[in-house]
Amino acid sequence: MSGLNSAGWRPEMSVAEISGAEGIAPATHSGDRGLALEEPLIFELAASSGFGSATCGVDFDGEDEAPAAGLTRFLRKAAPALPGLSEPEAVRHYTRLSRQNYAIDLGPFPLGSCTMKHNPRLNEKLARLPGFADIHPLQPVQTVRGALGVIEELAHWLVSLTGMASVAMTPKAGAHGELCGLLCIRAAHEANGAQDTRKIVLVPESAHGTNPATAAFAGYGVESIPAAADGRVDLAALTARLADGADVAAVMITNPNTCGLFERDMIAISAAAHAAGAYVYCDGANFNAIVGKVRPGDLGVDAMHINLHKTFSTPHGGGGPGSGPVVLSAALAPFAPLPFVTLDRDGVVRLIEEEDAPRDHPQSFGRMAAFHGQMGMFTRALAYILSHGADGLAQVAGDAVLNANYVLRSLEDVLEAPFAAAGPCMHEALFSDSGLGGGFTTIDIAKGLIDEGFHPMTVYFPLVVHGAMLIEPTETESKAGLDRFIASLRSLALRAHAGDESLKTAPHFAPRRRLDETLAARRPKLVWKGD
Amino acid sequence: MRYLPLTADDRSAMLGVIGAPSVDALFADVPAEAFLAEPIAGLPHHASEMAVERHMKALASRNLVAGEVPFFLGAGAYRHHVPASVDHLIQRGEFLTAYTPYQPEIAQGTLQVLFEFQTQVARLFGTDIANASMYDGSTACWEAIAMACRVTKRGRAVLSGGLHPHYVSTARTMARFAGDALEVLAPVLEAEPDDAAVIAALDAETACVVVQYPDVFGRIPDLAAIAEAAHAKGALLVAVVTDPVMLGLLEAPGALGADIVVGEGQSLGMGLQFGGPYLGLFGASEKFLRQMPGRLCGETVDAEGRRGFVLTLSTREQHIRREKATSNICTNSGLCALAFSIHLSLLGGEGLARMARASHTNARATAAALAAIPGVSVLNSAYGAEFTVLLPREARGVVRQLATSHVLGGVALGRLYPQAPELHHAMLVCASECTTPADIAALAAALEAILQGAAA
Repeated sequence: MSGLNSAGWRPEMSVAEISGAEGIAPATHSGDRGLALEEPLIFELAASSGFGSATCGVDFDGEDEAPAAGLTRFLRKAAPALPGLSEPEAVRHYTRLSRQNYAIDLGPFPLGSCTMKHNPRLNEKLARLPGFADIHPLQPVQTVRGALGVIEELAHWLVSLTGMASVAMTPKAGAHGELCGLLCIRAAHEANGAQDTRKIVLVPESAHGTNPATAAFAGYGVESIPAAADGRVDLAALTARLADGADVAAVMITNPNTCGLFERDMIAISAAAHAAGAYVYCDGANFNAIVGKVRPGDLGVDAMHINLHKTFSTPHGGGGPGSGPVVLSAALAPFAPLPFVTLDRDGVVRLIEEEDAPRDHPQSFGRMAAFHGQMGMFTRALAYILSHGADGLAQVAGDAVLNANYVLRSLEDVLEAPFAAAGPCMHEALFSDSGLGGGFTTIDIAKGLIDEGFHPMTVYFPLVVHGAMLIEPTETESKAGLDRFIASLRSLALRAHAGDESLKTAPHFAPRRRLDETLAARRPKLVWKGD
Repeated sequence: MRYLPLTADDRSAMLGVIGAPSVDALFADVPAEAFLAEPIAGLPHHASEMAVERHMKALASRNLVAGEVPFFLGAGAYRHHVPASVDHLIQRGEFLTAYTPYQPEIAQGTLQVLFEFQTQVARLFGTDIANASMYDGSTACWEAIAMACRVTKRGRAVLSGGLHPHYVSTARTMARFAGDALEVLAPVLEAEPDDAAVIAALDAETACVVVQYPDVFGRIPDLAAIAEAAHAKGALLVAVVTDPVMLGLLEAPGALGADIVVGEGQSLGMGLQFGGPYLGLFGASEKFLRQMPGRLCGETVDAEGRRGFVLTLSTREQHIRREKATSNICTNSGLCALAFSIHLSLLGGEGLARMARASHTNARATAAALAAIPGVSVLNSAYGAEFTVLLPREARGVVRQLATSHVLGGVALGRLYPQAPELHHAMLVCASECTTPADIAALAAALEAILQGAAA
C-alpha cells in the first residue's frame, strides 16, 4: 500500500530535509505561511484598532431611552470591557481559527470510545426548522405538540432498541446520564428502605473515569473490580464480592467494554448482582457496536445511558453539547426524573411536570436540570435513526465492528495487540506500545499520526494496558480511507522499530509543535490580561 | 444506505483479511440467546432524505413558532436576536465536527475560542477566572453550591426565594443525594426581592447563599449588601444570572462581591430550542481555582516557543482523579460556548449595553401598556427586561387563552410553582430588543379582551 502524498514528505526522509526554521521554508514577515494562517486573540485585534472602541457588528432598531429611575442604583458605571468586531472581522477571525482544527469532516477521527462518526447535514437542517429551533420550553403545551412528539418518538426508538421498559430523556450528556441512572438506583433502594445499608458501587478498573466520579457524586463509595487476563471483568472476583454483597447498591459495567471486547459473562454478572439485591448500570458509551444486534435489556441491565452524540451522530462540537438519555428497566422506571413525556390512553402525548407528578409519576427522584433536555440533539438523533431504520442501524453495528477488526488484523504484525489472539474485537481495536522498543511510546505514534494528516486514536486509555492505543474507526469510514490510515500507522510503527528519532519530536507539520502542558498547569493563565 | 460507504465487495474483501466467514461471526462473544440475527421487528426500515424531511416537517408544523407571533416568555430562556453570521460560523465543519480538544496541536481553533470565551465570561461576570462551560445554568448552579461546600468545608446552603424554581429543584435533587442541607426561602410576591430574608438566614454553618440577579420575578437584589453579610459569616455569595444580556446594563456580580458567578448563556448565540442545548457559565475568584468544576483552557508555549493553548489543571477532573474529582462532568457545551463567544464578539461591550437598554426600553413600554388594563398591575419596583404582572384571576388559563389567539404572552407562575396557590394570579412577562410596538399592542389588546370576557 503506497502513501497518497507521493510528492511530499515520506517517512524515509529526515526532518532536516523537509523542515526546520532555516530549511526550505523561509521565515515570513507576517508569521503566516501561505494558507497556514496565524490569528491573534479578539482582545489583541481590538487593541490594534484602539481598544475600547465602540465597534459593533450588530445593528439595533429605534432609539433606546435612558433606563428607568428605579434602576439607577443598579447600573454599571461603564460598558463591559469586551471588544467588538464588525461582521467581516468576526467572520474572518473565526474562519481563520477554524482552520487550525482537525475534524471528522477532514478525515478519520479514530478516538476509541468516542465514536466520532460522520455527522449528517440533514440533521443540522432539520434541527434548525423554526418549529423546533424557535420554540420556548415553557410555551403552553397546546403550542408544542410537535416537539413533545419528537421526544416521544425518539423515546420509543430508544426503548425498542435497548429492550428496556422506559427512558429518561432529560440528562444533558453521558456523565449526566450516569448520574441519572445512579440516582434512580438510589431512589429504588430508598423505596426499599435499603439506603443506609447499600453504600457501595462496584466499578471495573477499566471503566471510564466518569463512572467512579459519578458514583462518588451520587454519594456512593467506590470499589474497583479487577480485570481478568482476557481483558474482561473477572467474574470469579465479582461473584465472590457479591456473595457478601448486602452493602452493594450497584455494579457499573461498560459493555462492550473499554478494551473493545464484549463482556461474554454479562448475563451471569447481572444475575449475580440481582441475586445480591444490587442493580446493574451499563455505561452505554459503546452502544454503537451493538445497536440493532443486541438489546441490553436482554442482558439483565437495569439502567444505561445512550450518548446521542456518539451512537446517533449528533455533532460533538469541539466538546459538546451532548445528550444522555437513560433507558430503564421496569424496576427503575418509576423513579425517572421530571419532566417526563408519555402517551396517554388515547395516544395523545403528555408532558408530566411538577404539577402532575404527585398523581402520575409520584416516585420520581426529582429534576436534574431546567426544562426538557437537549431538544436540539433529539431532533438530530431522530433524523439519524429514521434515516437508518431498524435495518440500517443493525448494519451500522456490523460495519463498525467489521472496520475495527479490519484495522486490528491489518496491524497486529507491527503493533502489539494484547487481546487479539483470543478472537475478534467489537467496535474498537486495542494496541499497546510494549513492542515498539527504542524508547518509543504511544505518544510518539499519536503525534506521528498528526503529521500523517490523521487525528490520533485514544491514548493511554484504558489503564489496564501499557501505553494503550484504542482505535475506533466507526462505520462511516470507507475501505479505501481505512487502507490509507492503516498504511500510515504501519509506516509509523516501522519507523519506531527502525529507531527513527524524528518521531519523538512529532508533530512537525501541525499548527503547533508539542505544547508544554506542565507550564500551563504550573503557571495557569486562564484569561487574557494584556500580557 | 447513504451514510454507509462499505460495499458488499468491500465487506467480503475485509472479511478475507480478518479470516472470518461473516460479519455476524465477529459477534461470537455475544451469548446466542441475546443476539438478534434480524432487524428488530415493529420498527420502520431506512428512509430517504426526502421522506425523513417530510416526517420531521410535519412534526415541526405542530408547534407555534415564537418568532411568528407576539412573544413575551422568559423565565430562564430568552429570545434575543442572533446575527446570521453566528449560526453560519458554528456550522463550519472544523468547529462542528471536532471532538474535545485532547490533541492540542490540531485543536488550536477550539482551544483559542475557549480561552477567549473564558476571558469574555470573566469580564462580563466581574470574576477573576471562568471555566470552559457547563451543561446549563441549572446544573452550573448546583456545581457552584457543591464547590462552595468544598471551599468552606460547610454543608448548608441558603437559596433565595427569587431563584428559578427549576434551579431550586435541581439543587434539591442533588443535595438530597450528596447529603448537603438546603434552606430554600419561600417565594413571596412583593415589589422588592428577599434580600433581608436571605441575610437573616445566614449562620455559622452556611457555606453559601444563592441569589439570582435579576431574580426570577425580575427584581434586582442588592448583591453588595448580601455579599457583605455573607462574608461576615464566612459564607460565599453565589450569584446566578439567567440572562447575561442584562449585564450590559447592570453592574457585574463579581464587582459587587459575589465569590462565584454562574449563569445560563443561552440568550447570547443560541436561540430557544425548546430548552436545550444551552450553556452553563461558571466564573469564580482565582483563589478557588483548584476547586473549580469542569474543563479549563490555559495558555502555554509549544516546543518552538510559540503561544498555544491546552486543556489544563485536569488533575481536578474525572479522567485523572476518578472518584476524587471535583465533578463528574466530561462533555460540556463547547459548540454553545462558541456561539456565545461569537455573538458577544460581534456585540462588544457597547453593543451588549445597547442590546440591554433596548430590551429594557421595550419592557418599560410593555409594562406601561399592561398596567393600563383595569385589574392588572406590575409587581416590581425595578426590573431589567422581565417583570411580574398581577392579574385579577388565575394566570395559567389566561396564558392558554392568549396562546389560542396566537399571542405567547408570558409564563404563568402556576406552571412554575404548582404547589404555591398564592402565586397563581401572577405572570412573568419579558421583552427584548426584538419586541415591536405592534407586539405590545397585540398583547395588551388580547389580555384586556380575555379579562373583560371573564368579567362579563
